[in-house]
Amino acid sequence: MTSTYAVLSEGLEKRFGPRNDPAKTVHALRGLDLAVREGTVCGLLGPNGAGKTTAVRLLTTLLRPDAGTARVAGHDITTAADAVRRSIGVTGQYASVDGDLTGRENLRLFARLLRAPRGRADELLDRFGLAAAADRPARTLSGGLRRRLDLASSLLTRPAVLFLDEPTTGLDPHSRNGIWEAVRELAGEGTTVLLTTQYLEEADRLADDIVLIDGGRAAHTGTPAELKAQIGHYAEIVVPEDAGEPALHAAAVVLDQLTGARPRVDPERRTVGAVVLDPAVTLPRVVRELDAAGVPLLDATLRPPTLDEAFLRLTLTRPAPEEVAA
Amino acid sequence: MSSAILYDGTAVLGRHLQRIRHAPAILVMTQTMPIVFLLFFGYVFGSALAMPGSDYRAFLVPGMLVATAANGIMTGMFTAAQDSHRGVMDRFRTLPMSRAAVPLGQAVADLLTTAVGLVPLVLVGLAMGWRVEGGTPGALGAFGLLLLFRFATTWVGILFGLVSRSEEAAGQLGSATFMLPLLSNAYIPTDGMPGWVRTVAEWNPISAVATAVRELFGNAPVPHGAAWPVTHPVAGSLAWCAVLLAVCVPLAVRRYANAGR
Repeated sequence: MTSTYAVLSEGLEKRFGPRNDPAKTVHALRGLDLAVREGTVCGLLGPNGAGKTTAVRLLTTLLRPDAGTARVAGHDITTAADAVRRSIGVTGQYASVDGDLTGRENLRLFARLLRAPRGRADELLDRFGLAAAADRPARTLSGGLRRRLDLASSLLTRPAVLFLDEPTTGLDPHSRNGIWEAVRELAGEGTTVLLTTQYLEEADRLADDIVLIDGGRAAHTGTPAELKAQIGHYAEIVVPEDAGEPALHAAAVVLDQLTGARPRVDPERRTVGAVVLDPAVTLPRVVRELDAAGVPLLDATLRPPTLDEAFLRLTLTRPAPEEVAA
Repeated sequence: MSSAILYDGTAVLGRHLQRIRHAPAILVMTQTMPIVFLLFFGYVFGSALAMPGSDYRAFLVPGMLVATAANGIMTGMFTAAQDSHRGVMDRFRTLPMSRAAVPLGQAVADLLTTAVGLVPLVLVGLAMGWRVEGGTPGALGAFGLLLLFRFATTWVGILFGLVSRSEEAAGQLGSATFMLPLLSNAYIPTDGMPGWVRTVAEWNPISAVATAVRELFGNAPVPHGAAWPVTHPVAGSLAWCAVLLAVCVPLAVRRYANAGR
């Protein structure tokens, strides 16, 4: 079993804060189960504070779990930390290279520490288009270049499992695309990738499986297609200011009939919105039905839900986790 | 295993030396401070002391060399605290490298820069009238002892720096260590100090090392009637260094390996 999973965790828990003061204890993870198949890309998707980074820090041996077990590339993260370290590459949320050293010096330093051939550093400089970073101190590099240097630093030994903690947070679209391309290429070569992200789009584009993480637990697991089928789209219409309350009400009735979801009415913004799961409900159809019902329209959109809306939809039925004191 | 420590330690040493190469100004500043102090003590404070000026300056120069070596606490603390906030430390901890290599590399890099930095200080001392009066073997022993003491105090600093984990706290505590040589015989003989102050000063490791260095350079005889480390200065200094290293090295390595876990 374990050999087919590059990452396998059961009941991982991590608490922060003073042990003797339960009121100040923060439960970052409350029993995280993960199963990442070898050679796949797993996206750990969740908002800030969901426990994504803590999960990565535990699996990369930077933290020790308070409870639970995990194996990375078949090695236990607690009892065989060094074997885990030999099998992984890690790119942190913040570029984890030495800002005072140049790109080449950084790569050569890590290559030495990993006993990788010296030429490998130059090879990676080429492959990741880091010529501009080779002879400049890392702290003077742009965000995108720095992140690429960080990624290259994680690949000196062709790790079995690559961890990417929010690899594109704070990057411009162009740099983001560059990172995405690199990740896809690595995955194509058979590297298992576990990446964390706050962006639904990023998980959708890169991951074979998505784990929604919320409150320190895996709230939902599935392929991007399954996930999207479950969270659907979000239809939102805006009525003109001169249309009265009845227009909002009429729009809500029409959307309710169309979607079966309880529409949300916002009288302030003069909007009515509803989750759409049925692919037959298209934007023209929404507009036609509203028009037929005589609802005046200023704007109408049908878009993928935001991460917040998706979370609401997938986790609302689950009772909020109780604050258990340690 | 031990070869891994040396190999990884050399790589980390290289990292520190490269950083100095990129920003030499900091090094120049830390090396200039002892020279300023030497001139200040030698010609401002020294002028009011009962010892005749030239004698005091011959007494002061070895003391200042030892005080500079003791600055290893401040430098070690600041570098370790500053490093502990750098993302690169997280990368080091995810690499299958020796845990001892990171502090060891820092300590050896500091040792090399100190060895170089002592040269201008010694030249200024010579210009102020200080001389090596005890022969070459003694002088070599004195420099060896200075570097050993620097190595030991750097480990003390690394341990404190890793424990403090805040650059500001390390900076403040580090500046406070500037007072340690004041409470020793580095600048002023302990004879005239009141009872308990004198006891504290004589048990200050800096006093043992300063006395040993003066003896090895042939600048001043070993005082009588002082605490054991001062009356047996070479043995006392070696013992102090051994104790500091035996306590701080394992604690600092463990602290580094487990930081944040």
